Amino acid sequence: MATLTMAQALNTALRDALTADERVLIFGEDVGPLGGVFRITDGLTRDFGEERCFDTPLAEAGIVGLAVGMAMGGFRPVVEMQFDAFAYPAFEQIASHVAKLRNRTRGRLSLPMVIRIPYAGGIGGVEHHCDSSEAYYAHTPGLKVVTPATPEDAYWLLRDAIEDPDPVVFLEPKKLYWAKEEVDLAPRGAREFGRAVVRRAGSDATLVAYGPSVPVALEAAAAAALEGRSLEVVDLRTLVPFDDDTVAASVRRTGRCVVIQEAQGFAGVGAEIAARVQERCFHSLAAPVLRVAGFDIPYPPPKLEHAHLPGVDRVLDAVDRLQFDDTPDVRHLVKGAA
Amino acid sequence: MSPISATALRRAMQSFLPSLVPVRFVAEDGTTAPEPAGYTAPDEAQLREAYRRMVIGRRFDTQATALTKQGRLAVYPSSRGQEACQIAGVLALREDDWLFPTYRDSVALVSRGVDPVEVLTLLRGDWHCGYDPVATRVAPQCTPLATQVLHATGMAEAMRRRGEDRVAMAFIGDGGTSEGDFHEALNFAAVFRAPVVFFVQNNKYAISVPLARQSAAPALAYKGVGYGVRSEQVDGNDLVAVLAVLTAAVDHARAGNGPFLVEAHTYRMDAHTNADDATRYRDAAEVEAWRTADPLTRLEAHLRGRGVLTDEDVAADREAAEAFAADLRARMNTDQQVDPLELFDHVFAEPTPQLREQRALLAAESTAQEV
Ligand SMILES: Cc1ncc(C[n+]2csc(CCOP(=O)(O)OP(=O)(O)O)c2C)c(N)n1
Ligand SMILES: [Mg+2]
Repeated sequence: MATLTMAQALNTALRDALTADERVLIFGEDVGPLGGVFRITDGLTRDFGEERCFDTPLAEAGIVGLAVGMAMGGFRPVVEMQFDAFAYPAFEQIASHVAKLRNRTRGRLSLPMVIRIPYAGGIGGVEHHCDSSEAYYAHTPGLKVVTPATPEDAYWLLRDAIEDPDPVVFLEPKKLYWAKEEVDLAPRGAREFGRAVVRRAGSDATLVAYGPSVPVALEAAAAAALEGRSLEVVDLRTLVPFDDDTVAASVRRTGRCVVIQEAQGFAGVGAEIAARVQERCFHSLAAPVLRVAGFDIPYPPPKLEHAHLPGVDRVLDAVDRLQFDDTPDVRHLVKGAA
Repeated sequence: MSPISATALRRAMQSFLPSLVPVRFVAEDGTTAPEPAGYTAPDEAQLREAYRRMVIGRRFDTQATALTKQGRLAVYPSSRGQEACQIAGVLALREDDWLFPTYRDSVALVSRGVDPVEVLTLLRGDWHCGYDPVATRVAPQCTPLATQVLHATGMAEAMRRRGEDRVAMAFIGDGGTSEGDFHEALNFAAVFRAPVVFFVQNNKYAISVPLARQSAAPALAYKGVGYGVRSEQVDGNDLVAVLAVLTAAVDHARAGNGPFLVEAHTYRMDAHTNADDATRYRDAAEVEAWRTADPLTRLEAHLRGRGVLTDEDVAADREAAEAFAADLRARMNTDQQVDPLELFDHVFAEPTPQLREQRALLAAESTAQEV
């Protein structure tokens, strides 16, 4: 057991992957001697050599397109996009090739590659450095989309992503890079990739969260407990594959659900989750599934991001709106009633 | 830091610059042009083989166009008039090299030995790619313009890093050279010294948009210079020249000297695809003028003039091409059934629970319909 920040856990995962598999390569902008702007690749060029971890010219489509060719050619590239919004130039490569090559070739070619993207806000970043871009990727069939919320998950999810036979968009909540915890890196048994986890057990309502929103959900659950309300927190970990079973099992137990996301709400991942819960758990629900999300605005300037980001209060307000005091009206369920 | 000397700079520039006029070995009437400096003409056996392949390539192309008219293919982008490029591109490569083609390059695939029915799987609408890219070392024919050029660079870089002496060649059109990915690929390849050949078939149009709207460069080949990529331009309807230059380019890359850009000046005799009406943007006189530059008749006249090709040879090649077309027709005239359930099988190595559910739904739908 060691105490690591998420940044250190990610760095350790990259090191261990480079050691475990000589086909693993790391490249991108400033990931070489500098170690990346967030230092996630710190020391990798020094310790593994320029052959394994190197800087490229500054062009995101070029980085991802090169990775496609190198993955076709037998390597396992792990590329870094410097920030969420700077991955957009690569979107054509991601949507048209990364996501589709296996399907296009009926499985004859696969792309075992990882696109790491520091994402989301909460660090006072200026424009283009705080986008929550997960929905673009999650909406694209053929991509796995991952976002860790704890250092230990960051380690294992990244190891799993690198070992996965399919391309993974790995979204790193940058406000959690410096969060610390004790991390168990002892080899595990079966892979859990694709499974959500119940971070806190509760009985009155389920909070579904992922990535940067998980600590918010946990804080809200702790606050609610003081007021005698027991909230369960589900951390999705992978948006694709989506773990319907864990989410539905939790909501069936609690009967109420709030979905939390930092991204703007409209057409977001939270909307998908709310729909899925409602489709699967209708008869267990005592209240509509509610969403707590960012506003439908371009990401605010640093001084205003506090107004945008869903925080504990907004989550607790949503929980209060889960109609705990209503008497259910079941007249429509009684056949022949007026 | 001392600035680079003017002489050194000029020498570096000159090593990248294409020749002022496109490289040419054979005049339009088939007679031998003055030998261009720096390139070696392919030997007679290679030229004889190239002719045979061009005859088959042209026959394939007209057959595919005919299959479109019969409704057997959804669409077909013809490369009639570009056969010297199509065939030379393939002949310049070794079997273990990689080819990254576009939708325009079906003739090259056929020449590479890909089963023509599998080449047409895409256009027949059965699947997005019908052949095995790994077995053939031919990437899926690429539609998003210029994106494949980066893949070729990545593949070349992968082969270089493993210490293999293999090369990747990317085909691209004149319009595609305006896309960012083309420029990023030139730059990446030069920085990494990746063994990749960029082969631009400048057929003068991107659908309807003429070359002048695409670029103000003196020639597209000059685009390599700014990236430090050795570049050349060639008469794209002179098979001897295209093969000589591409062979030099492939040798250059294979020897570890980095990427090479070749622009071939050619012309698309047919419309962009069968669905396009080329009379809306180019006049008949222009097309007529290019007819006299036809690459197949030029090579034929040239080889006849050199005594390499006899009437019997020509007849035999044409007969072989007819047999090839007849076989293709016969095999394309059967209705291929694709199982819709396969739609779920290749999204991921292991289908997600949601894909399994959706697959079961479609399966149930099909059973219900059969009842
Ligand atoms: C990124 C992208 N934009 C637009 C298109 C639509 N499109 C298909 S072919 C074509 C023209 C391409 O011209 P060129 O590169 O000269 O190749 P050619 O068709 O002449 O062989 C266009 C615009 C596309 N396939 N990809
Ligand atoms: Mg063109």
